[in-house]
Amino acid sequence: MKDEKQVIRVRNLFKKFGDFTANHDLSFDVYKGEIFGFLGANGAGKTTAIKILSGLSYPTSGEIEVAGFDVYKQRELLKRNIGYMSQKFSLYEDLTVYENIRFYGGIYGLSRKEIKMKADELLTTLNLEHVRNKRIGELPLGWKQKLAFSVAILHNPDIVFLDEPTGGVDPVTRRQFWDLIYEASRKGITVFVTTHYMDEAEYCDRVSIMVDGKIEALDTPSELKKQFEAKDMDAVFLRLARNSSYQE
Amino acid sequence: MLPIIFVMPIIQLCILVFAATYDMKNTNLYVVDKDLSSHSRELISKFNGSPFFTVKDLGFSVDAGEKELFKDKVDAILVFEKGFGNDVDLKRPAGVQVLVNAIDASAAGLYNAYIQAVIQDYNLHLQPKLINAKTRQPIQIVDNSYSHLFNPEMDYIPYMLPGILVLLVTVIGLFLSAMNVVREKEIGTIEQINVTPIKKYQFLIGKLIPFLIIGFFELGVGLLLATFVFKIPFLGSLGLIYLVAFVYLLVVLGIGLLISTQTDTQQQAMFIAWFFMVVFIMMSGLFTPVESMPEWGQKLNFLNPVSYFIKMIRMIMLKGSGFKDVMRELGILGLYGIAMLTIAVNRYRKVS
Ligand SMILES: Nc1ncnc2c1ncn2[C@@H]1O[C@H](COP(=O)(O)OP(=O)(O)O)[C@@H](O)[C@H]1O
Ligand SMILES: [Mg+2]
Repeated sequence: MKDEKQVIRVRNLFKKFGDFTANHDLSFDVYKGEIFGFLGANGAGKTTAIKILSGLSYPTSGEIEVAGFDVYKQRELLKRNIGYMSQKFSLYEDLTVYENIRFYGGIYGLSRKEIKMKADELLTTLNLEHVRNKRIGELPLGWKQKLAFSVAILHNPDIVFLDEPTGGVDPVTRRQFWDLIYEASRKGITVFVTTHYMDEAEYCDRVSIMVDGKIEALDTPSELKKQFEAKDMDAVFLRLARNSSYQE
Repeated sequence: MLPIIFVMPIIQLCILVFAATYDMKNTNLYVVDKDLSSHSRELISKFNGSPFFTVKDLGFSVDAGEKELFKDKVDAILVFEKGFGNDVDLKRPAGVQVLVNAIDASAAGLYNAYIQAVIQDYNLHLQPKLINAKTRQPIQIVDNSYSHLFNPEMDYIPYMLPGILVLLVTVIGLFLSAMNVVREKEIGTIEQINVTPIKKYQFLIGKLIPFLIIGFFELGVGLLLATFVFKIPFLGSLGLIYLVAFVYLLVVLGIGLLISTQTDTQQQAMFIAWFFMVVFIMMSGLFTPVESMPEWGQKLNFLNPVSYFIKMIRMIMLKGSGFKDVMRELGILGLYGIAMLTIAVNRYRKVS
């Protein structure tokens, strides 16, 4: 299913805030259609990197190409071809579910008809037909996050960036959320997802583990477990994080 | 935040304490001298010599003077009827008629008092020895009668109310727009916007339109109250007021959005918006006459959108001025609005 076409190509990415290096010499590729897990403890630098990849912030240095576009020069083109779900919940709480869908659909230039069709399809899939005209603010967090994800891929992007999409929700909802991720992946959307839940790492095709701004390991979950002689990803992560200066 | 908290109030203090005063600075006079006697000339030169008055123009018809007054070129008209000099020579009561632009009732009060003072002075000079034995007051030879144009009752409400409407529209427009984008930064929705291919100007125009509608609505309600509850005369055209309000709101919303794009928290935005709000309003001529301000204060007012709008709305409502009369102010506001919006769009950053 996966071909070996790179959709994200990162070489020697550095991001500094003053003297502090939040991303230190990152180099990796992500291939079309895969689910790429971007793991790390709080403060490891995941959000910093994901913002650079989605054109929200400037890298300090490095070569970065996303969906075939250069993040320095072709940022607006890049934005047409990616979806992004931020770590902070970011649909408009005082608009209804449908108004949010219409608004974002409109920004990406979908026609009224397309928006209506997409909204129907999306609400049916999520089983949220009954809240179509409810304000987002009234909904439980799990529903909001599923909606935010569906809105992020409304325009069929090549890649979707998810920054801790399952933060703060219960395990059942997390499981359902991952079903949505698989669904998107089946449609050919490359998924770049950050998390600090190690069990979620098992759901990814490949994962990178970041510690203090550096990528310390990058492979399939099974290879990583073999390499670190660990029974699960949690153990792999503990082995790597032991060297971290970050104190929880 | 620290510099904002300390520097802004100091700037405010320095500007406002000097600029927003009731001091009388310069009143422009139009003199109608039908007498052309040495006495009338002498009194005119007394006015000219006073630091508070400038004789802008001399003429022979009151109508011509009123035209100048209508255009806000002069603030008061002095009329010397034929026979004035003769009356003075014969030590009979001699009259000077004074017509004052009373749209601003407080300013008109000041003009009256100062004109009175100059005339009093002239009386003293004419008759140093002629003292009324009973009152020990100098006997008045020259006396003056006042007419208050545009606002004969010297009523404060017609003068204040249009200005207060401006204030309402300004508060709503400036604060809503200044809080808006920065609020999206705080709750995080701005990131979701910045990651889309939306153009910066599209985003800001989208912000602008609802605020324009709200501002129009406020103004409408205010105008209804003004005419039907407060019974303020409404001489000019409603369409023109809305045209002016539209151009004005572009400026205010441009400033608000610029503040919003440049700040990180609603608190900062609030503080900066307040700063401009207070300076704009205190210097606008709403409470204290613009003419009372020192030269530099009046120059600063060139950048004060509120003063343009207050001036125009008073002219349109109370004097019935038309498009041609307000064209200059409107043009300046228009350029100002375009500049502010362009800067706001440019300073808004989709990438950090
Ligand atoms: N704008 C910024 N200015 C200064 N430091 C920042 C900024 N953004 C993030 N950091 C720092 O960079 C580090 C990585 O942050 P982040 O990428 O948010 O981590 P993660 O998403 O993995 O939890 C943290 O120590 C954070 O304090
Ligand atoms: Mg993060």
